[in-house]
Amino acid sequence: MTDLTRFTAAQLAAMLGAQEVSSQEVTRAHLDRIAEVDDDIHAFLFVDAERALDTALQIDNRRSAGETLHPLAGVPVAVKDVFCYTGTPTTCASKILQGWYPPYNATVVQRLLDAGMVILGKTNMDEFAMGSSTENSAFGPTRNPWDLTRIPGGSGGGSAASLAGFEAPLAIGSDTGGSIRQPAAVTGTVGTKPTYGGSSRYGLIAMASSLDTPGPCARNVLDAALLHAVISGYDPQDSTSINAAPADVVTAARSSDVRGMKIGIVKELSGEGYSEGVEARFNEAVELLASAGAEVIEVSCPHFPAALGAYYLIMPSEVSSNLARFDAMRYGLRVGDDQVNSAEQVMRLTRDAGLGAEVKRRIILGTYALSSGYYDAYYGSAQKVRTLIIQDFAQAFSQVDVLVSPTTPTTAFPLGERLDDPMAMYMADLCTIPSNLAGNCAASFPAGLAPDDGLPVGIQVMAPVMCDDRLYRVGSALERLLEASWGSPLLAQLDKEQR
Amino acid sequence: MSVDELMDFDEVIASYDPVLGLEVHVELNTASKMFCSCSTLFGADPNSQTCPVCLGLPGSLPVVNGKAVESSIRIGLALNCSIAQWCRFARKNYFYPDMTKNFQTSQYDEPLCFDGEVDIEVNQQRFTIPIERAHMEEDAGKSVHRGGTTGRILGADYSLMDYNRAGVPLVEIVTKPIFGTGADAPAVARAYVTFLRDMIRDLGVSDVRMEQGSLRCDANVSLMPKGSTTLGTRTETKNVNSLRSIEKALRYEICRQGAVLASGGRVIQETRHWHEDGGFTSPGRSKEQAEDYRYFPEPDLVPIAPSPQWIDELRQTIPDPPAVRQAALRDLWGFTELEMRDVVAAQALELIEATVQAGSPAHPARKWWMTQLARHANAAQIELDQLAISPQQVAEVQALIDQGVINDKVARSVIESVLDGEGNPGEIVQKQGLAVVSDSSLLQAAIDEVIAANPDVADKIRAGKVQAVGALIGSVMTAMSGKADAAKVREMIVASLS
Repeated sequence: MTDLTRFTAAQLAAMLGAQEVSSQEVTRAHLDRIAEVDDDIHAFLFVDAERALDTALQIDNRRSAGETLHPLAGVPVAVKDVFCYTGTPTTCASKILQGWYPPYNATVVQRLLDAGMVILGKTNMDEFAMGSSTENSAFGPTRNPWDLTRIPGGSGGGSAASLAGFEAPLAIGSDTGGSIRQPAAVTGTVGTKPTYGGSSRYGLIAMASSLDTPGPCARNVLDAALLHAVISGYDPQDSTSINAAPADVVTAARSSDVRGMKIGIVKELSGEGYSEGVEARFNEAVELLASAGAEVIEVSCPHFPAALGAYYLIMPSEVSSNLARFDAMRYGLRVGDDQVNSAEQVMRLTRDAGLGAEVKRRIILGTYALSSGYYDAYYGSAQKVRTLIIQDFAQAFSQVDVLVSPTTPTTAFPLGERLDDPMAMYMADLCTIPSNLAGNCAASFPAGLAPDDGLPVGIQVMAPVMCDDRLYRVGSALERLLEASWGSPLLAQLDKEQR
Repeated sequence: MSVDELMDFDEVIASYDPVLGLEVHVELNTASKMFCSCSTLFGADPNSQTCPVCLGLPGSLPVVNGKAVESSIRIGLALNCSIAQWCRFARKNYFYPDMTKNFQTSQYDEPLCFDGEVDIEVNQQRFTIPIERAHMEEDAGKSVHRGGTTGRILGADYSLMDYNRAGVPLVEIVTKPIFGTGADAPAVARAYVTFLRDMIRDLGVSDVRMEQGSLRCDANVSLMPKGSTTLGTRTETKNVNSLRSIEKALRYEICRQGAVLASGGRVIQETRHWHEDGGFTSPGRSKEQAEDYRYFPEPDLVPIAPSPQWIDELRQTIPDPPAVRQAALRDLWGFTELEMRDVVAAQALELIEATVQAGSPAHPARKWWMTQLARHANAAQIELDQLAISPQQVAEVQALIDQGVINDKVARSVIESVLDGEGNPGEIVQKQGLAVVSDSSLLQAAIDEVIAANPDVADKIRAGKVQAVGALIGSVMTAMSGKADAAKVREMIVASLS
């Protein structure tokens, strides 16, 4: 029998629906694959094998009893360890939460469970989602299946690598500055940051509340759309959730038609700092879209160069407040509780021992930016830049339907290369950050392998708020055109290499 | 104990004008908390009324309680405030174990209600209190310090946390500096907080019980040299848990600051802790130690934008100010000003109103609540409305008197029985056989007996000294174990002797 880990989620769903395979077989195949490769890749922090198989059994029973189930019922999915899921340790890859079991499910997790999907486990990430390489995990880095000496992107490197490593057909990520899209780009997978408010943040452990967005990760466009549809939609438990019908992303993912669409290339997201290989593949992808009937023009978003700076004031400010709750008083790590130290000393010792360098750096930055006397100059100015970026997008979207850019300026860099150079690390999110600041939706799709280093390149598509379907229209068209030129999906090339 | 030098109050006032600033926290009586659906009921088992949201668990998010917004707007309207068309919550960041998120969700530069004023009266003089703002925020949990002698954190062995109160909705009402109160400053502060208490109770949005902490007051005061326009350095006195202590604490601070200034010293900007038992304040946190709260707009919540129509609707629900309402009731009931003031001070207004509504005339209703029942409440150190008797029961007792079923003396014992939980007045009268004897033959027999036993008194009455009848009434009442209508007994004695 063909290896069940090589099918798309849509194919698995069809086979499960026709009862050609059981969810237990599918689940076991993925658990076996995890056992086989995850020592090398380290995509998972926790594998919930027993419960996954138990869920699969229940789904199989319900299906054979003739119950009508969600189309994705029985399909496995991996979840980034930033989401609360009862019965699993939820750590955000931080020592400070080691051993904490949430007493409730994140809305996104609950929607997966309600759809009958099988959660395989929790995936690795940069600590509290802070990083672009997954090297900031307190439990060791994840490695890129394309080249185990290279980073899988971050912060959601675990979710992306689990897909590229065929350990899971689908995964959930969260995107604050690019944490879904940049890992997707460097692993040759698909990742979407939905419209802010389009998917619920309830139970997503916050990094920066005004930026965090849960989203789908997949190996192809349709699978991403199917997962997107499961997790998105209004949630009264998240005040910032949008109470409106979500766009029909699945239909869009099946259309693969860009005729008459206006596509804008963001002038500011190219040039210096962008590797040749990335620019080459990006340009080819745009040409393909033009050849398929899209109208491509260049668009200027003059304030995008200020986005990174604004982001590194707003995000740390929110981080400094959101992470204050990790104080050893109620849950998680507690250090120095010797009956002599005061509560304040225990808080200090615990936070010192339990939080990593990058997390501390951002807490200190944010604390400073919000301080009395500095607020207007830093947080206040950054919010003004944010408004200008929103205006840039509005101006651009008055001319075009979607914007495109490379997802990240380079391909996967070697592990350790940027660890001591935070600015270089931050540059990885240069193209993805504007959409987080503005709240619109964006996705990364595979654009091929860079001619210089043979590593995956991603193209980013950005669309207006609540127009998530446009991402999938462009993505599916591109996927059809590129796969026709490659003769197979991109990841099949990796799979051939590995065999 | 206090070691503060104090200056004579009148002496301070002779040289300085006190400037007041009052911050009052009101706990709203919504059924659920500010940002989650947990109950707000007071007195439940520790941590039994908590959930991921009010415990600030990772990933949890707040959702605003619409009823709390409504109550806050109504308070703002009653304070003659403008209501913001659009405003946001803000995070106030500081570390303390009673804050589950280590920030308090509050409002900062965009309060829901702002720029109001209210009039109060002290010693027949009217004072206008300018209101800076009334904003929404959440309460913190409660620390219980164990092992020390004072119950405070200093010297405690360990502390226990109860988060039932965490997330209970609060409205903080802040005045602008209050000038020109002179020697009345402490009384003005007390009258203002009394006004707030009565007004908010009339609105029905809070229990406003200072002893339970549902109304809390921080009292700021500074001294400005007479003739100067430069504000002095203020102190903020906390732990002021009764109306009386507001007045006492401010008086103390004025005398203390006066002494500091008189000796050439400088008042330190700090919080002070009021000690009710010792009647003094002690220093708390100074300005230098004050935290930078790093306020910023709460990104987990969307702005509040109450529509003008909604605000207009709420405006229709605002009752008259307490003074207006009290004056109207005073006229209606025919109370003297002094009587009314006593009633208000004893927090008996609502109870008397309810008793009257239940059918009692106003004066007897006042008499019951302000005498026998007030003594009980005093003895038990509780509020009148915490007594185990309802306005309806009081009205029932009065009705039994008015119908001639019992007399005043029996009524008092019936009320005691109600307080002891023996049932409703009617049942008690029946069960204990307390109804007056209306059987004339029984009464007549007792009267005849008493007349026979007191021939000289009887002769005096026959001779026209009718006032002597009192002595015989007493004896008849004793013979009837009090269960007789004294007026009827008088009538029958006179008839028997004429």
